[in-house]
Amino acid sequence: MTPVPTNVCHHIPDDILQAYVTGSLPHVFSVVVASHVSLCDDCRAVVEAQEALGGAVLDGCEAEAADQNLKACTLALLDRPIRVAAPEARRSGIFPGPIMAELKGRPPKWKMLGGGIRQTILAAGAEGSVRLLYIPGGKAVPDHGHNGLELTLVLQGAFHDATGTFGPGDVQVASDDLDHAPIANMGEPCVCLAATDAPLRFRSLVPRLLQPIFRI
Amino acid sequence: MGSGDQGGGELSQQTLWLLAVRDRRDREAFACLFDYYAPRLKGMLARSGMPSAATDDLVQDVLLTAWQKAHQFDPARAQASAWIYRIARNRQIDLIRRERRPLPDAVVPEDEDSEPDASQILALDQETGKLREALDRLTPEQRAMIEQAYLGDLTHTEIRQRTGLPLGTIKSRIRLGLERLRHELKELR
Repeated sequence: MTPVPTNVCHHIPDDILQAYVTGSLPHVFSVVVASHVSLCDDCRAVVEAQEALGGAVLDGCEAEAADQNLKACTLALLDRPIRVAAPEARRSGIFPGPIMAELKGRPPKWKMLGGGIRQTILAAGAEGSVRLLYIPGGKAVPDHGHNGLELTLVLQGAFHDATGTFGPGDVQVASDDLDHAPIANMGEPCVCLAATDAPLRFRSLVPRLLQPIFRI
Repeated sequence: MGSGDQGGGELSQQTLWLLAVRDRRDREAFACLFDYYAPRLKGMLARSGMPSAATDDLVQDVLLTAWQKAHQFDPARAQASAWIYRIARNRQIDLIRRERRPLPDAVVPEDEDSEPDASQILALDQETGKLREALDRLTPEQRAMIEQAYLGDLTHTEIRQRTGLPLGTIKSRIRLGLERLRHELKELR
């Protein structure tokens, strides 16, 4: 159960961690942040420090009088049996808890994209998409054409491009200006989690035509 | 209540109340937490644009979650207010987005106890205290900016990049993170 103790060298920038802590980060990127933080003590520490600042701001927050009834009701509920919320998703193999939560605790259902490359879409909507990619060693990572921000977290294996090599736990932050052509390192297949705020592109014609209608 | 069995007279009162809830299921301490946090949480939720009809339910939900999850509270990693802040944001996002906020796996406790806990708890408290002082020294405009980021609505913000990260064990890293945040606040001036 020990998290992969890798030498993470590519971290998530503070601004993105702060957006996660304050709740302004879109869901698809939050999945990547929570997954990376599960693997990276450095970024976990930054997140918890940011939360300390959140706590300090909460302390100084302009208070609004609370209803005395609300207090009585709340105290009366302390003996209520603890709600059995859906159990928290646990890490499974190379997939941290936040990914297992998106998978609803089940193994990924891979779709073939050709050339041995597979993908599983975890979530897709107006705010972007997040998916798992499986790329055999030596193959190019499919270009999912980012128009905006893209975060890619390596879970297994590695890929490289002009900006460097990314191994397990590393996150590549790409934006419009980065014209990268990542290639999976030789050896074990590269599995990564990729989130983008650009709408998904499909390879076949029909879904592409439907895309603007369904906003996926 | 909360008579400092964690070995420090300097811990924040809220942290002592939360420890009393965690260790002894102390209802009186919970009532104190309610009196302290309910008005602040109401203020926070009102700022983030939540309709007032919904805020009471959410305030209750946050504080009951704190009661139920108190066993997860680790004062060497967070003061009570930071922990409550996190729960409040989690519950708010779950509610607004109608999907679970992605949360990191819990830390696996290993080589975490190399330092005695009491000194770590105090060190965190002191570092958080300095962060608060730095926050207090900001101009009203700068403070408003920080408050808007941490208490404001949950619409998506523009993201820009920065780098550079601290090292050490997780607990000392949090303190380093706090220190760095404090310096960043200072540089705002």
